[in-house]
Amino acid sequence: MNLKSVLTASVFAFAGTAAFADKTEIEFWHAMGGRLGEVVNEIATDFNASQDDYTLVPVYKGNYEETLTAGIAAFRAGEQPDIIQVFDAGAATIIGAKGAVIPAQDLLTDNGIAFDANDYISGVRYFYADAAGKMVGMPFNSSTPILYYNEDALKKAGVSAPKTWEEFQSVTAPALKEAGYTPMAQSHLPWIFTENFMSRHNLPFATNENGYGDAETKILVNNDAIKGHFTALKGWIDDGLFGYYGTGWGDNQTPFEQGEVAMWLGSSGSFGGLSETAEFPFSATYLPYWEGVTTEPTNTFIGGAALFAMAGKSAEENKASAEFFRFLTSAEVQYTWHKETGYVPITNAAYDLAKEDGHYDRTPAAEVGIQQLTLPAGENTKGYRMGFYVQVRDVMNREYGKILSGEASVEDAFQTIEDESNKLLARFAKTQG
Amino acid sequence: MKRVQFSRPLFPYLLLVPQLSIILIFFYWPAAEAIRSSFYLEDPFGFSSTYVGFENYHNAVTGSEYGNIARFTLVFTGLVAFFSLSLALLLAAKADAVIRGAKSYRIFLMWVYAVAPPVAGLMGILLFDQSLGPLTHLAEFFGWDLRLGVNYWDTATAMIVISVWKQVPINFIFFLAGLQSIPRSVREAAIIDDPSSVSRFFSITFPLLAPTAFFLLIINITYALFDTFGVIDIVLKGEPGNNPITLVYKVFLDGFRGNDLGGSSAQSVILMVLVLILTVFQFRFMERRVHYS
Repeated sequence: MNLKSVLTASVFAFAGTAAFADKTEIEFWHAMGGRLGEVVNEIATDFNASQDDYTLVPVYKGNYEETLTAGIAAFRAGEQPDIIQVFDAGAATIIGAKGAVIPAQDLLTDNGIAFDANDYISGVRYFYADAAGKMVGMPFNSSTPILYYNEDALKKAGVSAPKTWEEFQSVTAPALKEAGYTPMAQSHLPWIFTENFMSRHNLPFATNENGYGDAETKILVNNDAIKGHFTALKGWIDDGLFGYYGTGWGDNQTPFEQGEVAMWLGSSGSFGGLSETAEFPFSATYLPYWEGVTTEPTNTFIGGAALFAMAGKSAEENKASAEFFRFLTSAEVQYTWHKETGYVPITNAAYDLAKEDGHYDRTPAAEVGIQQLTLPAGENTKGYRMGFYVQVRDVMNREYGKILSGEASVEDAFQTIEDESNKLLARFAKTQG
Repeated sequence: MKRVQFSRPLFPYLLLVPQLSIILIFFYWPAAEAIRSSFYLEDPFGFSSTYVGFENYHNAVTGSEYGNIARFTLVFTGLVAFFSLSLALLLAAKADAVIRGAKSYRIFLMWVYAVAPPVAGLMGILLFDQSLGPLTHLAEFFGWDLRLGVNYWDTATAMIVISVWKQVPINFIFFLAGLQSIPRSVREAAIIDDPSSVSRFFSITFPLLAPTAFFLLIINITYALFDTFGVIDIVLKGEPGNNPITLVYKVFLDGFRGNDLGGSSAQSVILMVLVLILTVFQFRFMERRVHYS
């Protein structure tokens, strides 16, 4: 490149900045890597092109925990972004911190944008709401654990995907093992086999309405149903009916993608990625349940993450954030997000649009997540709200790892989880006082 | 010795200012801040802060895992320091004896030092990968079902191997320099007195290396305690589960993953005190046995 073209380029660059100078710029910190990050960038580009007043700058901040920690550190230094993505387990931390965020519902109505909770699908509506039901976080990437299966493997073994764990244990798993597969793996024990185990069986997960109320919260993880489940799981692993590859999400997903494991419990949001990596036909179905625990299985919790508008920004920037929320929740954007990633659409309008467009006729597996979220609800299936929950999950992962490697008995491990979690919850309650 | 006198008495202090201010800002201020916040319980966003006395310390040391983690830290530090030092000494003694192609040997042994700990960790998890890792296959060949991230001691093995691999080169450089500074006359005299190279090494060479070895011992213990953080974080992929962690990693987990600043600060103060004791001990009791020429 010669000097002249460099000069010309910089003149244009300056002209460009000048033209953008009167736009309000807002920052959006997220935790979406890989393919998901590309889609986020596309959405940001579309939003910036859709109007002339605001510029949204998406910034990838690492995984969920790292993004939340970065946001907290930035907030304490007065340098917080306008919008931050916070995951399910961090919800209590950010919602509990009164004054850290502007509730999404207030942000929208204050800026003259209509808000009606009933526009959102029922499974999504309350997870990120406060005790009074006001929506604090705007659900963004909403997912739920579902069962993916390798169609070739099931055909070879002559079985269909199991509806119940009893069926898995007595029919599906032995047949798949016979056919040369590791029958099943899962990617997140606290999320899939604890939180959603409770929800699927309509069991209370914590006192104080699963932690949503104003009273003291204690975890209710130490019950016979879940202890029975982990006893069975340990047995399956010992008999070669289940594969456990550690705490890492990807370590458990890879053997499924490579065709060694026939069924995998993952996120409905894994759909987009799996479509690109799996070289065999696959489909999905609901998370199995124990018929011995309930004959009326309920919906699962919504997982994934929500967007929070952080406090301490100018009215102009808040208006920009509100406009972005409006753009993001429009049926078209939600449908694109849903189609590209597999995360569920969060509004009824987007769900209808996907149905009309024939998305589920082409890929029936894409509908499983949202169908499972909208199954009949129970009194314990709206979600959970617990402080220091990232640490609670780490305790679960540690103790579950001990159960599965034979270092601890199921009884002792669950006692430890209960004791340590309640200690953490009490500690968190103290910080909120 | 002649005393150098500055004509203006303030001038030497002025020269010290940059160094002192760096120490104050980057070491003493954070340390003081850690001590302060270890006595408080704070919500993650810093809206409320309650004085709780020694509760954070009490919680930290009575946690069900604290003893296990401390024990593992001790074992880990001991093994990493021992293997990095002994392997480096062996390699240095051998490299010192090589005459032809000595330079290439040395460069081969030293380049690893330039690898950043997280990169070393990444290479390590590829080598120990559950389904693809060559070292996993090698272990399988010997009948060892090595499962990184699933079995506590398998993960510990991987952490130790990677940490040692990363630390051997720096020790090697120092040992080699130490060996080469031993006067030729001393060695030749020793060869006449004692024909066995092994006993010659332990009776002549090693004592002469003692100052280097002592310095490296301190460096290696500090490395194993603190600088292996990057390796451990990558091996655990940020999700410890039931895998081994060190005390420093727990400080990070509670503070930066769990957002419990008070608890995390209390643990880091405990570590600070331990390091202080260790340093005093090392210089009081061990340095006496080392003879500087």
